[in-house]
Amino acid sequence: MSSIPTPILWTVILGLALGSYALRFAFIGFMGGKPIAPWLMRHLRYTAVAIIPALVAPLVVWPAPTDGSPSLIHFAAAAATFAVGYLTKNVLYGLAAGGASLLLLYLAA
Amino acid sequence: MAITTTKSAFWKGFRDSAPFIFMASPFGFLFGVLAAEAGLIVPEAFAFSLAVFAGAAQFTALQLMQENAPLIIILISALAVNLRMAMYSASLTPYLGDAPMWQRAIAAYFMVDQSYALSIVQFENEPKMPAAHRMAYFFGTNGIVAPAWVIATALGALVGTRIPESWGVDFVLPLAFLAMIGPMLRTPAHIAACFVAVATSLPASMLPYNLGLIVAGIAGMMAGAQAELWLERQRAKTEAAK
Repeated sequence: MSSIPTPILWTVILGLALGSYALRFAFIGFMGGKPIAPWLMRHLRYTAVAIIPALVAPLVVWPAPTDGSPSLIHFAAAAATFAVGYLTKNVLYGLAAGGASLLLLYLAA
Repeated sequence: MAITTTKSAFWKGFRDSAPFIFMASPFGFLFGVLAAEAGLIVPEAFAFSLAVFAGAAQFTALQLMQENAPLIIILISALAVNLRMAMYSASLTPYLGDAPMWQRAIAAYFMVDQSYALSIVQFENEPKMPAAHRMAYFFGTNGIVAPAWVIATALGALVGTRIPESWGVDFVLPLAFLAMIGPMLRTPAHIAACFVAVATSLPASMLPYNLGLIVAGIAGMMAGAQAELWLERQRAKTEAAK
């Protein structure tokens, strides 16, 4: 794993800190009581649930530990994580299930 | 129990948020471990959590930095994950917008999933709550969770520097994202957004500079918004038919 250059890291930290603060402050600070346009609100609602799956899907199909060749072990662990997270609505149960299944499949393989 | 003073409003928020410690601490710890694995030293991981204070966006940035994605893509993607904070800010403004500017400025920093979720429920259930109590409640919901998140990150980074690379924790970050997705899928529109984002992301990953992530993210976002509109129209139709 290549390590992250320090200037990049600090630019990301500062950029994200300022950017996130601006997003959080935008309405409560500047806009007063002005309502946000419904179409904008509608898109904002789905940003996280679009970006995170889009980020993770290629990582599951072409996992980094196998240098990108599709792997049944990683796919199974990913499926277990998602399924348990979805069914229990609890992030930690999902993560525990995924971690455990990854470990078991490694040992069995 | 009715809230009688500003102080008791703070402590009610504090108590209501207590269960979230069990969510924030392990996740902060995990961020610390993975940050250390990515080569961050303890003060860097600590500063990251303290300055950005947004779990999902921090994990996103960490993943993309490891992929050597261009700086602008890292910032856009992680901030896109945080766009929902603007929605929280807008949604709490009717309740907190009359507070003094310095209080609103501090409150903005603490605008996270759990403080928003707890506060909006409290404010809707008790519309007569005085403005000062509302702000106190909001700060109360962060009283323990915020320090827990930052401290857990530092502890995780301390432990992470001692984990040998041979343990192969490089698939844990994808698993952390996958675990986050399930609880987000609250409505059919959320599922549509997720599905379209995934379907687009695979072919779009051919695009250079990790641009595929942005393309797939926008596609998913639009799918969610359109699905919501469609569902609303269907509901209106069934109501009209009655």
